[in-house]
Amino acid sequence: MQRFINDPSKVVDEMVKGFLKSHAHIVQATGNPRVVKSNFPVKDRVGVVTGGGSGHKPAFVGYVGKNMVDAVAIGEIFSSPTAKSFYDAFKAADGGRGVACLYGNYAGDNMNVKMARDMAEEDGIKVQTVVANDDVPSAAKGDEAKRRGVAGEIFMWKAGGAKANQGGSLEQVIAVAQKAINNTRSIGVGLTPCTIPEVGKPNFAIEPGKMELGIGHHGEPGIKVTDLKSANEVAEMMVNVVLPDLPFASGDSVVVLVSGLGATPVMELYILYDHIAGLIADKGIKIHRPYVGNYFTSLEMMGATLTVMKLDDELKQLIDSPCDCMGLTQF
Amino acid sequence: MAESFSKKDAAVLATNLVKTIQDNKVYLSEIDGAIGDGDHGINMNKGFTLFAEQNNIADLDFGTALKALGRVLLTEIGGSMGPIYGTFFIEMSKVIKDQDQVDAVLFGKMLQAAQAGVESLGSAKKGDKTLMDTLIPASESFEAARAGGAGFAASLDAMEAAAKAGWESTKNLQARIGRASRLGERSIGTLDAGATSCWLILKCLVDGIRLLLQ
Repeated sequence: MQRFINDPSKVVDEMVKGFLKSHAHIVQATGNPRVVKSNFPVKDRVGVVTGGGSGHKPAFVGYVGKNMVDAVAIGEIFSSPTAKSFYDAFKAADGGRGVACLYGNYAGDNMNVKMARDMAEEDGIKVQTVVANDDVPSAAKGDEAKRRGVAGEIFMWKAGGAKANQGGSLEQVIAVAQKAINNTRSIGVGLTPCTIPEVGKPNFAIEPGKMELGIGHHGEPGIKVTDLKSANEVAEMMVNVVLPDLPFASGDSVVVLVSGLGATPVMELYILYDHIAGLIADKGIKIHRPYVGNYFTSLEMMGATLTVMKLDDELKQLIDSPCDCMGLTQF
Repeated sequence: MAESFSKKDAAVLATNLVKTIQDNKVYLSEIDGAIGDGDHGINMNKGFTLFAEQNNIADLDFGTALKALGRVLLTEIGGSMGPIYGTFFIEMSKVIKDQDQVDAVLFGKMLQAAQAGVESLGSAKKGDKTLMDTLIPASESFEAARAGGAGFAASLDAMEAAAKAGWESTKNLQARIGRASRLGERSIGTLDAGATSCWLILKCLVDGIRLLLQ
């Protein structure tokens, strides 16, 4: 492995330590080494919590900050945080008006959040959840409840975090986060596999000259493996999966996110975005705000994801509101 | 052949479990790597080893040891396996909390409690290619043998055969739940990692209890 690592079993702990030192103006440690919280107090408003496996930087800890997520539970690489960590994150984010736990649809996260929620309710902390399921290729239309949560989670946190900061009730924060994810669709394309440091070798393969359309954030298989196509052809394949699924229609206003999966040069993301933006405009859909960069990655996988969210007036206002966290800063 | 064993003298069962998982760390990760992300052995080993480090197992009774093991898995491991095996062992320990001797009736109840606990976490059924394909037949066969008049040791024989068959059945099943379900038909042809660790755990308990009954 060509990686900067001391001990493969300690990568998460060492990463968290470095993260806290780098972003001390935004985040702070808690009593649980796998829980990080925002410096911006949650008193008298709803707290927003997320959590998930590590290896997706900036997700998940990078979205802790002002007007975004208040506390995060951090798991091992690609593995759900413990129920205890989710519970400690709920406690760290509880300002007396309840906690919105906004996370992605994975078996481990579902189990640990459920147990943590039971623990918190025994303490009198009210927790409600939204489970992101924006990844179109992970289950057929009509079976949306089985879909995974991927980069669309960022829009869910943005909308929920902004609503909480405007003084919204727990029910309002949950409703707007649910609306955000309901309005969001994503797809990933993978060009190379990735390696969990402790495993030491890739657990799946993508042959040189091939690509996997619809790949998941942990290398879960997608719709099909094809020959590697040009950037414009890849952009078209992604748009043709995402737009018909909602479906997005002429006259819609959307936010578009193109994220790298870790090892793809950011330059190539702009090449993709150039064509994606054109294809979306051709359909009469207005791009209200684009995001291009490494927003939600998968260790050193080469590849990219496309996420599109349909806006209404409320979502537009929440997405446009300022925020300050490592993964996303807006003025 | 005795028909029960003393809870106080059975910490060796927990020691055996730790050794079994440690010995199979690489094997479990290799199986998981075929259709999962290859870290099942690593995570299981981390949890069981931590339990061994945090406790002087020989000083514990069987119930306390299972409870302590379950707690470590639940609070330190995460993923899917932390809650699943954490609940599995904690529910088992509750059955014998106020008992000194463990007989076939109680052991049957321990298996049923483990099964019910895991069922309460998710929606996995027999045939979904999960650890339930090992656990459910094991629990049902033990209880059927015992209710049919078999002694503790003979009921363990029935349980072992059913657990093994259930575990092996996962090879030809298509995953319907968890991360491997994303593979669809491509999940067929490989054993399920959770069903494998469950088989190793149950086999380890069966072997250890047989010795205690002698």
